Parts: sequence; structure tokens; C-alpha cells
Amino acid sequence: MTPADSAPAVTPGVSRIDVPVLARVEGEGELHIRTRGGRIVDLKLSIPEPPRLFEGFLRGRHFMEVPDITARICGICPIAYQMSSIHALERALGVEAHPSIRLLRRLFYCGEWIESHVLHIFFLHLPDFLGCQDAFEVAAKNADAVRMALRLKKLGNGIVRVMGGREIHPVSACVGGFYRVPRKEELEALVPELEWALAASLQAVSLTASLEFPDFEQDYEFVALSHPDEYALNEGRIVSNRGLNVDAAEFEEHIVEQHVRHSNALHSVIRERGSYMVGPLARFNLNYAQLTEKARRAAEQARLKPPVRNPFRSIVARAVETVFACEEALRLIAAYEPPPLPRVEARPRPATGAAATEAPRGLLYHRYSVDENGLITEARIVPPTAQNLRRMEEDLWSYVPGLLGLDSAQIAWRAEMAVRNYDPCISCATHFLKLRREDG
Amino acid sequence: MSSDGRKPRIAVFKFASCDGCQLSLLDAEDELLAVAGAVEIAYFPEASRRMEKGPYDIALVEGSITTHHDAEAIQRIRRQAKTLVTIGACATAGGIQALRNWHDTAEWVRLVYAKPDFISTLKTSTPVAEHVPVDFELRGCPINKHQLLELISATLAGRRPNIPTYSLCIECKRRGNICVMVAAGTPCLGPVTQAGCGALCPSMRRGCYGCFGPMENANAPSLASQFRVLGSSRDEVERAFRSYNGWAWPFRKVFEEAPKP
Repeated sequence: MTPADSAPAVTPGVSRIDVPVLARVEGEGELHIRTRGGRIVDLKLSIPEPPRLFEGFLRGRHFMEVPDITARICGICPIAYQMSSIHALERALGVEAHPSIRLLRRLFYCGEWIESHVLHIFFLHLPDFLGCQDAFEVAAKNADAVRMALRLKKLGNGIVRVMGGREIHPVSACVGGFYRVPRKEELEALVPELEWALAASLQAVSLTASLEFPDFEQDYEFVALSHPDEYALNEGRIVSNRGLNVDAAEFEEHIVEQHVRHSNALHSVIRERGSYMVGPLARFNLNYAQLTEKARRAAEQARLKPPVRNPFRSIVARAVETVFACEEALRLIAAYEPPPLPRVEARPRPATGAAATEAPRGLLYHRYSVDENGLITEARIVPPTAQNLRRMEEDLWSYVPGLLGLDSAQIAWRAEMAVRNYDPCISCATHFLKLRREDG
Repeated sequence: MSSDGRKPRIAVFKFASCDGCQLSLLDAEDELLAVAGAVEIAYFPEASRRMEKGPYDIALVEGSITTHHDAEAIQRIRRQAKTLVTIGACATAGGIQALRNWHDTAEWVRLVYAKPDFISTLKTSTPVAEHVPVDFELRGCPINKHQLLELISATLAGRRPNIPTYSLCIECKRRGNICVMVAAGTPCLGPVTQAGCGALCPSMRRGCYGCFGPMENANAPSLASQFRVLGSSRDEVERAFRSYNGWAWPFRKVFEEAPKP
């Protein structure tokens, strides 16, 4: 896409609003709205991002290569892809990771949540609320806030780097554990900056809570992992506020995907019920009681109480989860004792395993089949953005009619803002999976 | 600042990729605001709603060419860019999605999508340099953000960026690592891979998997024979060379004859 075709185009008569390049999202999306007589007649969130066919080329690769490959689906949340694939393969191969490995994986995930949430809050979403085009414009008005965000994001990346060597596509995580585990002192060195980050993230909650939110609520089915003992990150059952409660192995019995013409990403729906929402708001609403005390208190002060049904408030939920991730990281570092071995050996056997983890933008499902030589025979990946796509479109169908009195540029901008509530990661969403169809 | 007093204009474009290389710019947390102050970020959709038309002083291009639309778009970008730089393995070597080049893409599309006729994609994933002249290629999957900053400042200063073209082994030795291939018999692509990551994998006692692509004058067939000596099967050797930079000729030639001119 080049700038020549990127400015919002309006056909005379204000019947058509096109946003050919959705900005401040990861990957390429387009939005098309058509109205007639003050009513919407068509609305499409198109995903022209080219398909990359990961499920195709994962076939025939060895299971130890999988976490390195799936990381390449997304530069913003590579750890989520590594973790979901590792858990699914460990379930297939019957590998039980050491409790210290489990702790490290949770810490790894906290680093990614901090980095990704802060990027989205301050760089991708906040500019909308302040009427700015980007964070550089925000910095011209409030340099301190942007500097604070950069330092917070750096800390999140710092956690990932200590464990994985680099922030994008880290190289340490593998089936069975890690190639190398950090020494206790390496993690302890992060503590002073984490303590600063905890205080800074509390400020981020007050800052985001003070924004003006459009008066807009929807009746969502929220879906997230839920674990009996902790705010779920890597493990748990898949639950919803409408009674879904299943193991990851049953995901495909309840959630089906539909292929629509205008999108290179598939749309997910809950069988016989329709769209649903995954991500910070779903986790916050379903697992609120398991947030750390500081995170819960920050939410209370921000008047964010479950059930939150205004999707624009997801920016506050992200800030609350950042508080949680900082506090949890401090707890995990204090509790860490290096395991006797960095990893346990996984032996190949013909088997299938599925798992889901909570990527920053929501539930991420993977399933793999492996043969007796450890080669992948089938792979399926359902990213959070694909699960949210149908719901994003439905939000727009409900939200845009209230905006039709505005000029086209304003409508386009507000509709984009509503899409960004979901922190869509379009690069993630175009790597799909074999589809089970219900229609003929 | 150029001679007419205006700030240099930078644009960032993306094709098939994971967004990780352009994210490297946002991950330059300590330098980001300084960079944003020194240049005009004219087009960078991942970070800004402002989308200014060209010409641009520097176009940074991430991602490989996999659709007809993108094959045309890269021509328009080239016409608007004074200096065109590819960032990352996808743009310089076709990326992980270039694995389709050895397979039946149509079959994979059928595997992934219920209605393959909705999908328009080329049979191949190719580097930008196969489509237009490229002024500089920055290696890495992902790129190294310090190299990116060096590249931007060098280009603005009109000099060649100081980016090493020697092998990863040099970085590995400088870190004082014990060689994983010599000491543990672990196949490692370090000897033919360009430096730039800081020898991350050997530092974790695993073999380099080549995410920075072939170094200058890499002798990949020789390393492949050594992998066989260490006990790797032909398939294992093929998988080792066919990953994030598999379509780069020095790695491809392990299994292929040079194409006839």
C-alpha cells in the first residue's frame, strides 16, 4: 500500500467512507463503510495483509524447530506464539516441565505483556483519545508521559532480553524448558527498575482512566483462560460469561471459523452463539478476583469494575494488567530458584496436543500432530485477532450509526479508534489454519 | 538536515512479514524521540495516522513480495525513494514464507483456507531486490536496532553504514564462548552466517540457526558436508539451511545448481 491510495476517500454525497490503510495497528487492514439515506448498508473490515501460510510450512519440520518458527508470526507477541506452541507440543509428547520452568515462563510472559500493553496504550491507542496522529505528537504536548512509556516498555523488553537474548524472536524457549535459564542474580538485577515500573504503571492507570470515553456499551460474550490459583497466563480452562468451560483440547468442538471474501483472516464464532471477545477486557471481567491487590485497588480507583462492557475502556484494563504484570514479575523473581536442568528431553511419538495461552491481545490456540520421528504432520493456529474480527465488525455496525451526523474524516477516525480497542494484530491474523466448515 | 534546510523525510513500508523489523525502530526506546526530532516521519502506518506522499529521502522496506499488488507497489515505492533500504530477512531474502518456493503454494492455500478462490497470492515469496534496485540490505530476523540506527544516521550523513559482513564466529569468539560445534558436535550455522545478533544462540549452548542470513563469501556447501560428518541426515541439513533466509542464494546453492543466465 502506498500513500497515493492512503488518504480517506469520500465519494460525493457522503455515501462512502474508505480507510485504505488502518494506521497504528500491526499489519495491514482496511475499513469500508457504505451508507444510504443515513443508514449503513455495508461495512467491512478487510484484511489484505498477504497470507503467509505457516500451517503449510510447519508440516515436515521437527518439533524442536516449531517455537522458533511460530515466533515469526508476530514481532510484537513472539513469546505468546512460542508459549502456545511449546505447551501444545509438551501435551502431545507427555513432557512435564519443572516448576521453576513454569515460573520462568510466567515471568517471560509478564515481560511481553508489559512491552506490548505499553506500546498499545501509549503509541497506538492514546493518540486517538488526545486527537493526535501519533505518539510523537503526544510527546510534543506531554513529553513526560511518553518518556515514562518508553522507560516502561524498555523494562518489559529487558525482562524478555535477560531470559531470551533479544526482545523480538527470543532464542531461549524450547519444548521441555529453556536452552539456558537465567541465574538468580540476573533476574534480581531487574528488581529496582521493576519497582519503579510498578509505580509508573499505577500512574498509567490514572492517566488512562481520566480520558473521555464514548458512551457505548455492548453485550459481549467474554472468553479467556481461567486458572483456579492465579490470573491465567499460560494455563487454564477456556471459560466465558455465558457458560463455556472447556479444556483447550475441546476448543475446536466449540469454536468454528468462517472464511469471508473480504478478509485474508478467518472469522471465529462460538458454535450456535456467534461472535465473542478475547483480550484484556475479557480477562479482567472473568478473572478480576485474581488480580494482585495493587492492580485491583488501581482498578477500583479508576472506577473500572466488572462487568466492563464499554470496549473503549480496554485501554484502562490494559494499564491495570500492566500493574499486575509488574507486581507478579517481582513476586516471581523473589520466588525463583534455578531448576536442576534447563530443560527435559522430549522424546518423539505419534501424538496430537493442543494448548491455549493468553497473548497480550487475547486467547491464542495451537494444535499439532507429530509423527514417530518428531516431524509435524498437522498444525493449526488460531490467533486472538482472528477471534475478535467478527466482534470488531459488530461493534462498528452498532457504533457507526451514532456518528453519521459527523463529517467523513471524523467518522473514519472514530471508527478506527473503535477498531484499535482490540489492539488488532493483523500480521498474526493472516496465518491460518485448516478450517472446519458447517455450511455446504 | 538537507541543504535546503528541511528535515530528511523517512517512510516505512511493509509487505509480507511479522512487523518485527519496523518494531525495532519503536524498540529503540532511548533514541526514539531524538530520531523523531531529527527527521520527518512522513509515512509509518504502524506508528502514525499521518501518511504523507513522497518523494522520500529514505524508504525502509520490511517484508517479502508475495502478491501481484505488492509487486506493483514496490515499483511505486522505488520511484518515490531517493535511498531504498530493505530491513530484515523477509525483505532481503524472502523470509520464512519463502519456504513456499519449494512447494505447491496452491495446495497450502487449500490447506489453510476454506475458499481458496478468495485468496490471491503469488506462487513465490521473493526479496525486494528481485523486483527493484536496492541501495542497502540490512540483515536479521529481526534486524538489530543499533544497526538500524547506524544505517539511518549513515545514510543521512551520506556515508556507507558501518555494518560488519564477517561471520558470526567472530562475535562468538569475542564473547569467549566455547564452540558448540567443536566441543559438543552441535550443528551450527555460525561459520556461514553474518554477524549482528551478538552470537545469541551459541551463547545459550545451541547452534546458530542463521537468522542473519549468509555472510559475505559464505561457503555453505562445505559447512553442509561438515553437518553430515557430525551425523545430520540429508533432511536435517536441508531444514537447517531452509529457514528464515533459505531463499538467499548462498544457502540455496547447497541443494541447487546455479540458475542458467
